[in-house]
Amino acid sequence: MTGSPNNFFEWIIFLIQQYHTYYLQGLLTTLQTSLAGTLLGCLMGFVIGIIQATDMKNQTSRTKKALLFVPRFISRIYVTIFRGTPMIVQAMVIYYGFSQMFGLDLPSFQAAILIILLNSGAYMAETVRGGINSIDPGQIEGAKALGMNYVPMMIHVILPQTFKIIAPQIGNTFVANIKDTSVLNVISVTELFYITKVAAGTYFRMFEAYTITAAIYLTLTLIFNFLLRLLEIYLAGKDSYEVLPVSHEVPTEG
Amino acid sequence: MRMTQEREPVIRVRNLKKSFGDHLVLEDISFDLYEGDVVTIIGSSGSGKSTLLRCINQLETPTAGEILYHGEPVSCDAASANRFRAQVGMVFQSFNLFNNMTVFDNCMAGVHLVKHKSKEYSTEVCMKYLTKVGMAPYVKAKPHQLSGGMKQRVAIARALAMEPEVLLFDEPTSALDPEMVGEVLQVMKALASGGLTMVVVTHEMAFARDVSTRTIFMDNGFILEDAPPDELFNHPKNERTRAFLSRFIQG
Repeated sequence: MTGSPNNFFEWIIFLIQQYHTYYLQGLLTTLQTSLAGTLLGCLMGFVIGIIQATDMKNQTSRTKKALLFVPRFISRIYVTIFRGTPMIVQAMVIYYGFSQMFGLDLPSFQAAILIILLNSGAYMAETVRGGINSIDPGQIEGAKALGMNYVPMMIHVILPQTFKIIAPQIGNTFVANIKDTSVLNVISVTELFYITKVAAGTYFRMFEAYTITAAIYLTLTLIFNFLLRLLEIYLAGKDSYEVLPVSHEVPTEG
Repeated sequence: MRMTQEREPVIRVRNLKKSFGDHLVLEDISFDLYEGDVVTIIGSSGSGKSTLLRCINQLETPTAGEILYHGEPVSCDAASANRFRAQVGMVFQSFNLFNNMTVFDNCMAGVHLVKHKSKEYSTEVCMKYLTKVGMAPYVKAKPHQLSGGMKQRVAIARALAMEPEVLLFDEPTSALDPEMVGEVLQVMKALASGGLTMVVVTHEMAFARDVSTRTIFMDNGFILEDAPPDELFNHPKNERTRAFLSRFIQG
């Protein structure tokens, strides 16, 4: 292989040799933004989802109803807008909007995380709301019957069960975000896709450059799908339990 | 026999009404519960027995009338209802154990998380009551790993660990097979003989007759009879009571 590469495979090897540090850099940015965005988006989703899952019908006090109405209304608007528009458009509006409206130039890396956060937050909110609503009402009655207040009930009973139900969805969102960060090249985030554009453009080898990128994306999603499967197995818990060697007789006298 | 009458009732139900939409489930219910009473409520399905119990515990908001606890009205706002519920426990037909917690943590939920007792004290109380219902060996199990009877015994231990003044049972054996019914009733008998104040909605006529100090017969949202079980089972005054009991007495 002397001189310039002649075929597909030679070009692939050539591009990797030339640009592997770029590719790695892009991969790192993709991972960082999608991971940070998804985690923060989950937090956001839990907050919004919990607000949306609050029970308005059974609220007896008027002030509570009024207090709940405002955050519920805002949440509704947020979820509607962010689920109803493409992320690539959200990226443009937020990135350029910030600089035009507030004179604030967001670094594109931070902007990327913010956009993923807001976008995943809206989807996660719906997932969390659905998850909470799917919990058996008996769990809530069991907690109420012990005199448990709303907050400890959510923390100790409802949310742990919700989390277990929606864990696969959180994983899905993360894997989807690994891929979807590619649209953020429009605001010059130097993630994998943006890097590839640079590499491909220099020698006009689109096919080879993007084949490498596709392989990287595929490897990433395969790895994380596998890790998420492990997490699901872990969350499912053990089948067996230890029986302690003490009496199981029911004493007849109280 | 009934010296308790002169004392103040623990819970008074006064002219309680409950409707779901147009459907009036409880027409006008009044009764008093005294310390040490074991009251069983019997009646056909749909007579309002469970609704009555759920109204007492504020799981349903009564349409009219009031519930008095030691003379103080229980209001339906969350804080007041929760203070009351911490004193008056409830055991459900569907157990309602927390699925994400072990048997032990289920018991700890009340004492430790709601009553904020120390971990040492809570552990001691939980183990005491889990032993009492025969579930001490299974503290590390999760609810889905247990049989219905075992779940119900854990649910009873969880309610007892709150050291409640009164324990309400909403058809505790209706979801169980006959063998499991036996193990749960055995626990409840032990509690009754131990002097716990109990209100039990049940279809177990033998339990009502043999264990309770008072039996209430409900029909269509009214209390038709409220008498010691001897009297109610052997000499029912009301026509409806006789009809309801005829099957059981013949059997």
